[in-house]
Amino acid sequence: MRRIGIDVGGTNTDAVLIADGKVVQGVKVATTADVTSGVVAAIDALGLTADLGAGVDAVMIGTTHFINAVVQRRHLTKVAVIRIALPAASALPPFTDWPSGLAELANGGVWQIEGGHDYDGRRFAPLDVAAARKIAREIRDLGLKYVVVNALFSPLDPSDEETVASILREAVPDVSVTCSHLLGGIGLLERENAAILNASLIALAEETIQAFEQAKSKVGLSAPLFVTQNDGTVAEAARAVAFPVFSFASGPTNSMRGAAYLSGLKEAVVVDVGGTTADFGHLRLGFPREANAVVHVGGVRTLFRMPDLVSIGLGGGSHVDLDACSVGPISVGYGLPKEGLVFGGSTLTATDIGVAAGLIDLGDRKRVAHVSAEQVRSVLRRIKEMIEENVDRMKTSAGDVTLIAVGGGAFLMPEELQGVERVVRVPHGGCANAVGAAIAQVSGEVDQVFQGVTRSEAIAAARELAGARAIEAGADSDSLALVEAEDTPIAYLPGNAMRVRVKVVGDIRSTRSSNGRTTSEELECQSGS
Amino acid sequence: MRQLSAEDIEALAVGAWILGTGGGGSPYHALLNLRRLYNDGVRIDLMDPDELGDDDAVAVVSVMGAPLVILERLVDSRLIARAVSAMEEHLGRKFKAVMAVEIGGGNGMQSLLAAAHLKIPVVDADAMGRAYPEAQMTSFAVGDLAPYPLTSIDPRGNEVIVGNTASWKWMERVSRKVCTEFGSIAATCKAPRRGVEVKKWGIPRTTSKAINLGRAVAEANRKHVDPIAAILEAESGKRLFSGKVIEVERRTTEGFLRGRTVIEGLGDDRDAQVEINFQNEWIVVWRDGRPVVSTPELICVLDSESGEAIGTETIRYGQRATVIALPASPVFLSPRGLDHVGPRAFGYDIDFKSVFGS
Repeated sequence: MRRIGIDVGGTNTDAVLIADGKVVQGVKVATTADVTSGVVAAIDALGLTADLGAGVDAVMIGTTHFINAVVQRRHLTKVAVIRIALPAASALPPFTDWPSGLAELANGGVWQIEGGHDYDGRRFAPLDVAAARKIAREIRDLGLKYVVVNALFSPLDPSDEETVASILREAVPDVSVTCSHLLGGIGLLERENAAILNASLIALAEETIQAFEQAKSKVGLSAPLFVTQNDGTVAEAARAVAFPVFSFASGPTNSMRGAAYLSGLKEAVVVDVGGTTADFGHLRLGFPREANAVVHVGGVRTLFRMPDLVSIGLGGGSHVDLDACSVGPISVGYGLPKEGLVFGGSTLTATDIGVAAGLIDLGDRKRVAHVSAEQVRSVLRRIKEMIEENVDRMKTSAGDVTLIAVGGGAFLMPEELQGVERVVRVPHGGCANAVGAAIAQVSGEVDQVFQGVTRSEAIAAARELAGARAIEAGADSDSLALVEAEDTPIAYLPGNAMRVRVKVVGDIRSTRSSNGRTTSEELECQSGS
Repeated sequence: MRQLSAEDIEALAVGAWILGTGGGGSPYHALLNLRRLYNDGVRIDLMDPDELGDDDAVAVVSVMGAPLVILERLVDSRLIARAVSAMEEHLGRKFKAVMAVEIGGGNGMQSLLAAAHLKIPVVDADAMGRAYPEAQMTSFAVGDLAPYPLTSIDPRGNEVIVGNTASWKWMERVSRKVCTEFGSIAATCKAPRRGVEVKKWGIPRTTSKAINLGRAVAEANRKHVDPIAAILEAESGKRLFSGKVIEVERRTTEGFLRGRTVIEGLGDDRDAQVEINFQNEWIVVWRDGRPVVSTPELICVLDSESGEAIGTETIRYGQRATVIALPASPVFLSPRGLDHVGPRAFGYDIDFKSVFGS
């Protein structure tokens, strides 16, 4: 298996080539404004230094493009929202509690109709099919192409969403429907918000992924394209186009997955020290532990499963103030190779301190000769304190942990830390994020309420459903493994109701069987370049 | 009587969540309703219980049900208002004001939602001073006031009037059944009260207490000072323990969320642990096998940094938490009060001993 992993970060675009489980080559190029040309440059750089001619089975890309679009409020499309929950929930219509500027960009119209289910699977209200048909015609006449359908308790019974989606597909040519039950669990508003963000990003996702495909073929690769997701797994390009929100937080997740892979460790705290920030996360069974709470994306409240991260302003480009003995949070960011003292610039950065301390050999060491040994020690002590405090935050029990240090700024990590058993450094740690992309698997998830069954029956049923979803997403059925099972009893519901959340992952099915690519294409790829 | 400002509403949401003592459901959806109403120009008046005439009729409201169902059905201010109107129709008389049965959690704001539609003031009082899981756990039940009638409403036009029950416990059983049929959520107007009953048995000024708590937290966070210290100062509370959550166990029995959590000490509390039992709300804090504080005193578990309350449904491993106690209303400290809401009412065979001394 040969794979290329690419991580498009804010500063750098990293790429690695992995063959038979080993990193053959890693490269770093500057991220470009259009993102895509950076990807071309990264693949090109790999092509120059590694032997791509022997064939690549898959290209996996992680990108911050979609979340940036929301945060910067660019490239968003107007969305029609149909909520199926009347006579409930109408006091808080779609777009409630959205930042007003963002709502104006995304709101293409809101409709509420009767229908939906209750927590126990009983119907809440009959689905108003006539109203759905009328709305479909209105949406067609308004020329809207992206529609969200969200029904009461749809994660338990998606049938009303599916019915309305098929009515829309019949009535509106080229319509793209996002059904909320595919995007989130219980929580009508948060699930709806996720679905709206998703639908408003699909046009951008289509464009971006098409550009990635072009970049890939430009350098002579015909292997299938996968896009990395928030949970450390990947989706086939077609699925990623339909669900761009699942790719929101792939950067830090990829770093943590890469750290697990490169170190061979499955339980550890990971710190990724970049140019501007240090991200701390906790690996459990080789995957990042997920935050169990509300996540705000660009000011919108959602319940995405995102990695549980602490991010602090400490990186290679962090400003250092010798008088206050402080580091960060301001950083010179991608300007480091020009602005750092050792590079001939005028800003004292954490990297300059690293050079003065002899931790790394970069630029002109004489330019930091004026910083005294005592000052260097004080700043390194401050960095150590910052790291210790945040490692401790990520811990789930009192014992010492193993800490894996990755990222371009990992040289700033001391060898000895309070509460840390040992600090592990790995080869290619600077490109851990791209490695994480390259090794990603596919997943299937279930978040559902069960009633009247035992706990083990509920978990078994959820596991089976999650497995089926993973296979549908492209997993090899023989490689499925359970990575997360969580059950929460629910107060005030009869019949021992419990909410069960299960995640199953598996290796990507061989490309031949999964997408029906012809053998001649494979041969072409192998004999190409 | 004073008009509540938009800032008061925001502060009330924060304070009511703290007084929820781990349960009561999140005030978020009620807050969104209130923001919408305030944007539409609605204003709500808060009246002191002393301003009530003895014969004034006061509606007592709450939403019963599973917090999980509220996450889907959301909160609709018109439903709680309808529960009150249905009671007015049943009684053939209008209410002068409305009050919350529990100030803790989302129910602490339901009285405001009803008041906004009915255009009557909210009484600055409740019957718990916090949140409790059952209908008989109120100061009105301690006072042996009539438990009936009750109206229970769902959004599909189903309306039930419970005309009479033999006791508060029967009211809890019957109304809970109705609630389950409605989809495990119902807007209810509880047994109406006369002004004199509210003045004698209501727990006074708990809405303004919640607003003060919320304001203290917001003010502390604005000034970057310790919000927990501000909470303790605002309500004469006591800091019990600070640390990190290292264990959480939950199970549902009889429709309640029961379980325990263990917090391991940090800083001054290093090398020590406390265990907290819960039944929807925090019930008893144990240290070295001995109860440190128990219901009816308020046990609040707060995020050590932000001062935000942590609920029994959402507390998780690794959270930095500070446990504090706030004083209970005197009505629950009497032998009768302790029968209703003391540790034995929750199945703990221990004597109540105040953490605040005698």
